[in-house]
Amino acid sequence: MSSVSMTVNGKPVTGEVEGRTLLSAFLRDDLHLTGTHIGCDTSQCGACTVHVNGVAVKGCTMLALEADGADVRTIEGMANADGSLGVIQAAFQEHHGLQCGFCTPGMVMAADDLLKNNSNPSEAEIRKHLSGNICRCTGYHNIIKSIQAAAAQLG
Amino acid sequence: MPKDNGIGASPKRREDNRFLTGKGRYVDDINLQNQCFAVFVRSQVAHGVIKSIDTSQAETMPGVLAIFTGDDFVDVGGNPAGWLINSRNGEPMKEPKRPVLAHGKVRHVGDAYAAVIAETYEQAVDAAEAVEADIDELDAIIDMAAALENSNNLVHDEIETNQCFDWGWIEDNRAATDEAIKNAPHVTTLDLVNNRLVPNAMEPRASTGDYNPGTGDYTLYTTSQNPHLTRLLISAFVMGIPENKLTIVAPDVGGGFGSKIYHYGEEALVLAASKKLGRPVRWTASRWESFLTDAHGRDHKTTIELATDLEGNFLAIRTSTLANVGAYLSNFSTVTPTFLHGTVISGNYTVPLIYVNLKTVFTNTAPVDAYRGAGRPEATFSVERVIDMCARELGMDPLELRRKNFIKKEQFPFATAAGLEYDSGDYHSLVDKLEEIADFAGFEARKADSASRGLLRGLGVNTYVEACGLAPSNLAGVLGSRVGLYESATVRVNATGNISVMTGSHSHGQGHETVFPQLVADMLGMSADDIDIVHGDTSKIPFGMGTYGSRSMAVGGSAIVRATEKIIDKASKIAAHMMEAGEADIEFNDGVFSVAGTDKTVSFPEVAFKAYVPHDYPVEQLEPGLEETAFYDPGNFTYPSGAYACEVEVDPDTGKVTICSFAAADDVGNVINPMIVEGQIQGGLGQGIGQALVENCVYDDTGQLLSGSYMDYTMPRADDVPFFTTDQSSVTPCTHNPLGAKGCGEAGAIGAPPTVINAVVDALSELGVTHIDMPASPARVWAAIQAAK
Repeated sequence: MSSVSMTVNGKPVTGEVEGRTLLSAFLRDDLHLTGTHIGCDTSQCGACTVHVNGVAVKGCTMLALEADGADVRTIEGMANADGSLGVIQAAFQEHHGLQCGFCTPGMVMAADDLLKNNSNPSEAEIRKHLSGNICRCTGYHNIIKSIQAAAAQLG
Repeated sequence: MPKDNGIGASPKRREDNRFLTGKGRYVDDINLQNQCFAVFVRSQVAHGVIKSIDTSQAETMPGVLAIFTGDDFVDVGGNPAGWLINSRNGEPMKEPKRPVLAHGKVRHVGDAYAAVIAETYEQAVDAAEAVEADIDELDAIIDMAAALENSNNLVHDEIETNQCFDWGWIEDNRAATDEAIKNAPHVTTLDLVNNRLVPNAMEPRASTGDYNPGTGDYTLYTTSQNPHLTRLLISAFVMGIPENKLTIVAPDVGGGFGSKIYHYGEEALVLAASKKLGRPVRWTASRWESFLTDAHGRDHKTTIELATDLEGNFLAIRTSTLANVGAYLSNFSTVTPTFLHGTVISGNYTVPLIYVNLKTVFTNTAPVDAYRGAGRPEATFSVERVIDMCARELGMDPLELRRKNFIKKEQFPFATAAGLEYDSGDYHSLVDKLEEIADFAGFEARKADSASRGLLRGLGVNTYVEACGLAPSNLAGVLGSRVGLYESATVRVNATGNISVMTGSHSHGQGHETVFPQLVADMLGMSADDIDIVHGDTSKIPFGMGTYGSRSMAVGGSAIVRATEKIIDKASKIAAHMMEAGEADIEFNDGVFSVAGTDKTVSFPEVAFKAYVPHDYPVEQLEPGLEETAFYDPGNFTYPSGAYACEVEVDPDTGKVTICSFAAADDVGNVINPMIVEGQIQGGLGQGIGQALVENCVYDDTGQLLSGSYMDYTMPRADDVPFFTTDQSSVTPCTHNPLGAKGCGEAGAIGAPPTVINAVVDALSELGVTHIDMPASPARVWAAIQAAK
């Protein structure tokens, strides 16, 4: 077991992990931040998407120890300080961009990453950016609409 | 004009708050004190005899608490088949035992034959690898036709065949159908495959067993679409735990699509392990386990014949199908290819003669059962492809050929040649609506534009009608069901006027927490914000059959309506007493009771309070309290219908198919929440497009699953589909439930595949291609183009 420390959603945390412990497992099992979801075992579904040092990363592709010293943001850190939904989250609710909710944290994290780097993405750019996040429920229609609405609002 | 939160409104979903902030509570999110972890040891061969299992090494490893094998469950009941089907010769179907853990033989790759319980998940994984099994590998039985011919190599030796049953429907029509086809001026014949799919809900299955040694009560947290049904199966058939000692909780569940209807061995195992250890036992599937063991869908090989006269009037349809059930019968494996498939071979049409023959075959593959659409996609694909082919052969427009044979609006209720009575529909109007939204007139110009870019453009159309809103229990029983298919609701008015609605339906994406309050709010004239839904916990809700088969609004919603009607009835009696009036003089509008012809009123909240504080109350005639339960058993299936159009571009050099547009006009009866309905249709379209273009579950001939992860099983992604144009304004209400709702959850998955393939064939028809099986992947499309040269 090794010690690991990082900042998660603005708070410093430490833990003891095995070398093989994935970042996604550390977040879920050690920090009890269960909003980051595990949907697959080949890093393809995107349900585990988090931000590490400002970049969207699939939490299952990193070992917890690789995130030692990093600044990590998860879905639990995306709401406003007063607990109200952030712009992207609110847009997803307004436009019915989720059904079962399992892919949703990853979608929100991926959308946030897109809009930070491209404030006015085309439909094709949004779809391409999300091609690493699988949704089984929505057919993607309202997810794209939600992100377009969020983009418009964020200007 | 709907109120903001009544029937017809689209209030935003309450569920979203927790899902968008990471506060959902899925089974794997739940931590119980002193929990331990189960990992299953699964067969790496498709077929073999278990000679011995040596757990001695594993037992010594760190953290190991217990190891189970099939021997531990020999006296425990098998997972039962839920629907008895009889073969054409009168014999009942074969029902080999499906044990909790494989015993004697392993019958598919992934078949669990041992389970290791350890303090931590990692310790259980490590110990599971140390379990040694001596398994004599046998040849895998994979090809269905070969399986039927081979009596030497059997998936289940004790039944002496690989055939589960040989079903005919309707047997009395067989001779006349054969005769009609023999004599018909024109017969279109098509051999096709309905490709095997893996449902792939994004949340893998998970089960946690929690036995309380102090009370002897069990709790099972599990990813289920129907906790009561699972409890019934475990209690009555598998483990014998009495229902009053077993609570099943299906909390937030991340999609089901059918795969989470069934009871699975892992559920029984964690209960048994928890009892043995006196601690909660957790199990969560890895995605590779989901691929290997979640019930798969579809997997039919069909020959369909459509007989017509030379003007295109349908004379008869005959089908012959081999349907894979996999290594074991899953709970609805036998009804999905029979009464959910053969009965809708009539489609939207007046075709007078139909005969369906279907043989189900055991193979060394995962069990196959209902997956979004459950039999109706298989039927619709066969019928709509052969109709399209017939149109080409007769030189008729594909929509014209369909229109000519549609059941007309004035002919409803219509008894079809496949044995169902459709209550209502207006297929001509749906096609008119489709023409409005699909811009057929612009197709030729778009085709020329595609051609200028070197691409082949095709237009595909399709109509469907399906049978859902499962189901009338008496009829289901006559047809072989071993369960009823009603739904339940308890409406509990609290003393201060807010309401809890306990429903037997289960929401795993369908938005019931938002939609069901709309019904009650509408009927009681109150704010939906004061109405809360309780679901998913057998200790809190009346017995319900759960959510699948597009039944939650049609059947679950109707139960809520009936319970609310009882509430209004009792509340009216209380109001009559409060206002010293006769019951017959009481009127109820917008949440207020009044006495006809006077200005006396009393509000619903005042009545509620009186019910629970019954002072000056006629307790001799009327009990206190205001809580009513209804069990609603539907009078018939419901029959949503639709007309779809799709345009594709095919790159002839690569075979890549791009969906340019997709228009769907659906008649789902009365629409309760337009936003939710539209979302359900869009989701179904996504899955239907997935089946048509990219998804394929493939075993090699040794029974290894080649498509065992997202590396090899292609899921439709955001850049594989366009925005959809959907419309649900062509409404013919259901005539037999109080909501007039027909259900919408599966429509897209049923109607999309033939629409897409009809479009691809249209694009390739100038090259001489007449059919392509699903998935129309680039390799297959390219090969079809080459073969036609």
